[in-house]
Amino acid sequence: MLSFLLRRLLQTIPTVLAVVLLVFVLFSVVPGSIVSSMSDDSDPQVELRMKKQLGLDDPLYLRFGVYIAKLVTGDFGTSFRTREPVTTMIAKRAWPTLQLIFTAMTFAILIGVPLGFIAALKPGGIVDTLAMVLAVSGLSIAKFWLGLVLMYLFALKLGWLPSFGYGDGGLKYLLLPAVTLGVSPMALFARTTRAAVLEIMTADFVRTARSKGMSETRVVKWHVMRNALVIILTTVGLQFGGLMGQAVVVEKLFSWPGIGSLLVDSVLQRDIPAVQGSILVVVLAFLAINLLIDVLYGVIDPRIRYA
Amino acid sequence: MIKSLIGMPALLGEHMMFRMIAIVAGLGLALAAPAETQAPRKGGTIRMTAPYGSSFTSLDIHTTQRAQDEIYAKALHRSLYIWNSAEGKPVLELAKEDVVSGGGLVHTFKLRDDAYFHNGRKMTADDVIWSYNRIMDGTKAYPGARFVRVIEGAAAVEKGQAKEISGLKKIDDFTVEMKLTEKVDPGFYFFTALTSIYPADEAAKESFIQKPIGLGPFKFVEHVPGSRIVLERWDRFYKPGKPYADKVIVSIMGEAAARDVAFRNKEIDTSVLGPAQYVAYQSDADLKGTIVEVAEVFTRYMGMNPSFKPFTDKRVRQAINYAIDTDLIINKLVKGKAYRATSWLPLTSPAYDKAMKPYPYDPAKAKQLLSEAGYPSGFEFEWTTSQNESWGLPIVSAVIPMLDKVGIKAKVKQVETAVLAEVVRSGDYQAFIYSQATGPDPQAALKCFHSSTPQPACNYMNYKNADFDKLIDAAGQADDAAKRTELLQKANALLYEEAPVWFFNYNKAVMAVQPWLKGVQLNATELTHQNVEDLWVDETSPAK
Repeated sequence: MLSFLLRRLLQTIPTVLAVVLLVFVLFSVVPGSIVSSMSDDSDPQVELRMKKQLGLDDPLYLRFGVYIAKLVTGDFGTSFRTREPVTTMIAKRAWPTLQLIFTAMTFAILIGVPLGFIAALKPGGIVDTLAMVLAVSGLSIAKFWLGLVLMYLFALKLGWLPSFGYGDGGLKYLLLPAVTLGVSPMALFARTTRAAVLEIMTADFVRTARSKGMSETRVVKWHVMRNALVIILTTVGLQFGGLMGQAVVVEKLFSWPGIGSLLVDSVLQRDIPAVQGSILVVVLAFLAINLLIDVLYGVIDPRIRYA
Repeated sequence: MIKSLIGMPALLGEHMMFRMIAIVAGLGLALAAPAETQAPRKGGTIRMTAPYGSSFTSLDIHTTQRAQDEIYAKALHRSLYIWNSAEGKPVLELAKEDVVSGGGLVHTFKLRDDAYFHNGRKMTADDVIWSYNRIMDGTKAYPGARFVRVIEGAAAVEKGQAKEISGLKKIDDFTVEMKLTEKVDPGFYFFTALTSIYPADEAAKESFIQKPIGLGPFKFVEHVPGSRIVLERWDRFYKPGKPYADKVIVSIMGEAAARDVAFRNKEIDTSVLGPAQYVAYQSDADLKGTIVEVAEVFTRYMGMNPSFKPFTDKRVRQAINYAIDTDLIINKLVKGKAYRATSWLPLTSPAYDKAMKPYPYDPAKAKQLLSEAGYPSGFEFEWTTSQNESWGLPIVSAVIPMLDKVGIKAKVKQVETAVLAEVVRSGDYQAFIYSQATGPDPQAALKCFHSSTPQPACNYMNYKNADFDKLIDAAGQADDAAKRTELLQKANALLYEEAPVWFFNYNKAVMAVQPWLKGVQLNATELTHQNVEDLWVDETSPAK
């Protein structure tokens, strides 16, 4: 197990390096510069001084070298806009994003997986049809639109929840953005679970278990559920990464102070260190979650060995 | 009644005209809120919104020129001058008196002796001098340097040739002498938050950026990045009885639709409206009375590159102005949320000439001018634009068929707003559409077209005209305000004739204000920038 973990950790290094290089090069060649958004100064010398101060007049390879050297010491650089360390900026935003993503994922798993399961137990039935209509709708609805509808319904019409903001970070403020973010993975989990369960229900080992006289409850619990969980877990892991990207829209809509909204403003203003830092954190989180999922495979299904 | 009021400005002084327009623009609000005359209530919470992005740039207001950041800075900080919306001009704020000498170049400011920073220390001349020296630190390239540079010796500090600005002299603890390089009104240079006065001792510390200290009516409590800034009343603020409210919350709300829901749900007190919402609010009986509008000092236009051959001919540039049905675009596409531009200076500019009429829509005249210029079959050009709904792609898309009617083909080149800013400065375009600040100082706005102004500064069309230069130079030397205004109006008229741009519109800033929020000022420099100490909420506010 330990060697497996070490090997997987080492495997993440090239991925991280590739992402770092890609983001660095991308934001160095795209048109637009932080300097334009920071000053309207009439003195051309100011622009030159600003570029010098921000290190933007150095050759690309030198900037990349300095960036990597700092990165290995955990220094993500200093934001061009706020002049704060990027690590500080991300640290302030990390918790709200984690709150949002984990609440959304909890909602998606708690609703989506049982729904898919129930639907698969009686395929073609009314529950199955309703569940799949819900799933397709959930996957098709744009988050921005859904968020507005939820705001309108639960804040404006019913007055149950605030329509925006972080407040004290409590559940009252978290619910609407989390549900908005969680509907699409919920729909996907329902569909994936249904498909996985249906497939496993017709597998040879399930037929064998039934022919041996095992009760349907035990068949579902011991054979179907455990085997379906591996597929569901893979989908959950992938969705975590997806949610981090989708959180950008939701955070902006609900004025939620996460990494997503930091990323949006940083990209728009070409705050390269903040963009690089934010993307790197998202990638690292994605890799960490997938590593965790790999470990969980073995827990759920002991046949999976860490060879 | 309104028409007769508008007809009067020719008889009025320059700032009175500005004031009159603001009054007319805000009439709807005044009628909707007859309780404005009641005595201001102490206490309560003001809940403002910052609509221009997903975050504030920095809590060090010297480092950021975004309109978004100045919203909170108006509560937290103070500068030597402040914008007085009612008078339409900057007025002294941290000084009680400005004695002018030295042929208009030397200003001796008698500072307030009752202004306290939020750490309890009294402001002195040292803080003013320290703040301006900080802004001129060339290694930091603070955006406010372009204003402070008007002080003699400031540029030398910026270049590292001097340690202190020679043109700033401390006479005593509450008197500062400022020697300028040009004969200008320093009010226009020292009223924004970019030149806020910081406490010299505290601002040098690293912790200042996390917990800023200012001279404003509210002190810093909390910043949740990407969500809000909370400020509370500063009891030692120098204006007696002010501020009225106990607390100010500025929520970051970049999404217009989300602001709309929050405003209708009474969770926020102010909301900036876009064209679509402007129409919706006007047609809603419950919301119509909440609308406040003002002609902001921004001009939207299509700039034409004079080195692109067809645009070197004045007749071609005029033809474009005749070929576009600007009123139609403003009414139908911009939903009336703009004022038709006549020339460069906006409606609320003290040098705006009301007698001027905009180019009429006349395609036949446009065709005739194109023929005279040697383009009877028209020509083709590339038009660089952002996606902005008020002065970007939607407008370009509507104009293209109009130009096509007179034989001019336009190819769209779409870029991000940040990229457009670079394109405009570099001159790497054939034409572009943009929104540019054209005030509040009319002289500074017109000086952008002076041949000595570099293209990257604000002379984006690289305009050069000797007659125009003479008028601007003469206005700069004029001691008499009326004479200066007359010269600036002539320069503005010359621009109209020369048509270096398609004069599109002046921004009509529109904000929805809850009926319980009183004292909102019609600030033509930026409507969201409110002198918060003058705002108050009545007892019907749901925020306690």
